Amino acid sequence: MTVETTSAPPAARLSLRGWLASDAPASRRQAVLGNVYRGFVALVSNRTALTGLVIVAALLGIAVFAPLVSGFRSPIDQSLSERLAAPGAAHWFGTDEFGRDIFARIAYGTRVTLTIVMLVSIVVAPIGLLVGTTAGYLGATAGRAGGIIDAVLMRITDIFLAFPRLVLALAFAGALGPGIENAVIAISLTAWPPFARIARAETVSIARSDFISAVVLQGASTARILFRHIVPLCLSSLIVRLTLDMAGIILTAAGLGFLGLGAQPPTPEWGAMVASGRNVIFEQWWVATIPGLAIFIVSLGFNLLGDGLRDVLDPKSS
Amino acid sequence: MSGAWIAGVLWRLLSLMGSLLLTLWGLTAITFSIGRFIPTDPVLAIVGDHASRETYERTRLALGLDRSVLEQYLIYLRKILAGDFGTSVMSSHSVLSDLYQFFPATFELATIATVLGVLVGVPAGVLAAANRGRWPDRLVSIVGLFGYSMPIFWLGLIGLAIFYGRLSWVGGPGRLDTGFEDIVTARSGVILVDSALAGEWEVFRNAVSHLVLPASLLGYVSLAYISRMTRSFMIDQLAQDYVTAARIKGRSFWGAVWGHAFPNIMVPLITVIGLSYASLLEGAVLTESVFAWPGLGLYITSSLFNADMNAVLGGTLMVGAVFIGINLFCDFLYKVFDPRLRAA
Repeated sequence: MTVETTSAPPAARLSLRGWLASDAPASRRQAVLGNVYRGFVALVSNRTALTGLVIVAALLGIAVFAPLVSGFRSPIDQSLSERLAAPGAAHWFGTDEFGRDIFARIAYGTRVTLTIVMLVSIVVAPIGLLVGTTAGYLGATAGRAGGIIDAVLMRITDIFLAFPRLVLALAFAGALGPGIENAVIAISLTAWPPFARIARAETVSIARSDFISAVVLQGASTARILFRHIVPLCLSSLIVRLTLDMAGIILTAAGLGFLGLGAQPPTPEWGAMVASGRNVIFEQWWVATIPGLAIFIVSLGFNLLGDGLRDVLDPKSS
Repeated sequence: MSGAWIAGVLWRLLSLMGSLLLTLWGLTAITFSIGRFIPTDPVLAIVGDHASRETYERTRLALGLDRSVLEQYLIYLRKILAGDFGTSVMSSHSVLSDLYQFFPATFELATIATVLGVLVGVPAGVLAAANRGRWPDRLVSIVGLFGYSMPIFWLGLIGLAIFYGRLSWVGGPGRLDTGFEDIVTARSGVILVDSALAGEWEVFRNAVSHLVLPASLLGYVSLAYISRMTRSFMIDQLAQDYVTAARIKGRSFWGAVWGHAFPNIMVPLITVIGLSYASLLEGAVLTESVFAWPGLGLYITSSLFNADMNAVLGGTLMVGAVFIGINLFCDFLYKVFDPRLRAA
């Protein structure tokens, strides 16, 4: 009676890849993981996306292992005898006007950049999702009152969408005082509307489908429908947009830092580092050039990854 | 030009006015709130730490700070509608007259940059679409991608170091060299126009040498956006049957591209150009800071560091209003002139 166990071909059992790529998943978990696997393969086989992925992964890696990467040099310890040293064996990227090691400051600066990007995402994505899905779902299903709520919410979104991002962020950072938290608030304020629009567009197309009607008939509450059934389906286009927006967020944050309104010294923020090299750009080019290059590479990485993700997750738009 | 179309245009014009008013109102609400967020006490900022209780109270009443928030907002709104943005602490002029003085520099920079962006970006986008997947397409995408990812303040610094510091090909920061200032009377505030009108070609040449670098950098940013959008509009059009039909009738490939497909992307393209122009007007802040360009951006940032909140909020309101106006106007143009939307 040992024949029972051979219901699946032994080869598919043994190889993980075969299990993931299976056309007939046996469980929900296998189906979900299989989807993730196929997306990952598509992403990695796309050269631009792979480049972006490598850059973003490197950013994460450097942020986590910043002390190790920088050879346990401090990003803020000053050494005035070594100020403005040229790049060389002792200091790979040279030193700045206080004799601080620029390589260490770049490495620790990844943490600042990542903090800003993550905080903005944490603020912006939920607001956009909440506004967009609520407006879309009520507008599509709740009759006249729903239509009014939809119109009001989207009007507010349009108002914020038409605001000039950098200037408003400037005014906010100026009023609240310089600092990372205020820069994040200022950027978030002008960054959420596109997410609300995307979430609404997705929701409107989902709201009238049969599976939602089925859930309604089973007596699910509006909140349950929104959070359990609609939000998960909006996530992929939201992630694409978020990745593409990261580049813009990084550039805005760096711009605020350059103007002296972002992270304050001695925090190793790249935009502020460019500003500190401004006066010595003619003689000590590395002080401003290298942090600027770091900003450029990271925002390029997010742009490439975003383009790639869009091709993989959202084939209809390419 | 049927009656229905005209009625449609009028209706859209009305709704444009509606959106414009609503959005501008939102903007004033935000600048007002920012003004109230300031952690410092506005009364103390005026009377100083050592003022007596009475002076403090008198100033507080004069500023209207004893009234409800709503009343204060209405007073603020009424003042703005009358063109009263308050007085700048830094220049001791009214903020409005300061804005008049600083606006032309930004206008000049953004306009030249947009012209450059269009002249290069549109042909580049068409070329990329016509050669889809081949090297011109890749080149245009890479140039565009770099433009999207570039911190412009950094590029400006590097540009200054190379073209001004090393090679001396261009003028340095500012709009003119010191010897050339105050030769031409400011009629429009746009130096290129003023010096040309006065026939001062030396001044004109000097102004061009200062303008060329910041304008090309901003032009590059605008090019990145314009070429990408042109490419995607053009790819849509080139896939249509009418292009194939034109080719079958014997029209050359480039004849079909420019003569048949291109006219059809003009409407969305105008919208894109307008949006890019609006974003340059506001995005010039960083470029102006790098090049010491005396425009609105520099005005706002330097006021910020002098805690001159009237000037900051007035400048924000001005840039915001121009930005919103152009944005919504482009949206309107698109809706009125796009034949597919006309019927709706």
